[in-house]
Amino acid sequence: MSIILDPIVLAKSLAGGLLIGAAASGLILVNGRIAGISGILAGATRRGAQGWQWAFLAGLLVAGALAALAGSPIPPALTQQGWPVLVLAGLLVGFGTRIGGGCTSGHGVCGLARLSPRSLAAVLVFMACAGLVVFVRRHVL
Amino acid sequence: MRMLLTSFGFGLLFGLGLLLSGMTDPARVLGFLDVAGAWNPALALVMGGAVAVALPAFTLAKRRQNSLLGQPISLPTKRHIDVRLLGGAAIFGLGWGLSGICPGPGLVLLGHAAPGAVVFTLALLIGTRLAERATGA
Repeated sequence: MSIILDPIVLAKSLAGGLLIGAAASGLILVNGRIAGISGILAGATRRGAQGWQWAFLAGLLVAGALAALAGSPIPPALTQQGWPVLVLAGLLVGFGTRIGGGCTSGHGVCGLARLSPRSLAAVLVFMACAGLVVFVRRHVL
Repeated sequence: MRMLLTSFGFGLLFGLGLLLSGMTDPARVLGFLDVAGAWNPALALVMGGAVAVALPAFTLAKRRQNSLLGQPISLPTKRHIDVRLLGGAAIFGLGWGLSGICPGPGLVLLGHAAPGAVVFTLALLIGTRLAERATGA
């Protein structure tokens, strides 16, 4: 194994993390809601959907649209994935986050920030499983 | 109306954070998860930075009844670590490790009009509905 440490990448990751944290802080303190994206998406797409849910999702979509307008390319690592892999991954992510009550944002950011043992357990499990899949696909198969 | 505008603003800020951090690039995410290969630990700073900012906010939120816009502050009340939580997290992890995409970045890439993100997000919604059907939620 080796470790890649690029100062610019590290700085952007930290800065991006600070923005994400600021957004999650704003949503709970100003609007009283948890920035758990799988939960917001599930709520927005069923009966009883609330306006703020669609507004938050629209913000995420507009961020992507702004990136496209700014000329940022679609990541090749997305384009290179076959549709069967994306369908399977999407089904697993949708199913798993609904059963487990959250994803990287809800458990990972908000859950850890409110010191929830449940969220810590979920984060450790989904990180370990994701790491295992990458290990098997890159180093075993 | 203020609730809608602020929610939109926080969603936009969240999305810009995901873009800046590299979370919307599956290569970066998979590089972070590949501890045994050429490991790129940068994404640990994304979660670390986000939690560092959000920790004081949630500490304050726990002590308050209402948000600044007068909405009740709704925090999760579940306490038990059960099979459902861990099983769900494990299944999510399998999908995340397979694609390098979690729900937030998937939506940002959808806004970028990436065809792969359309496929991923549609499948994600089907998975969500299947889970609700399976558990009667």
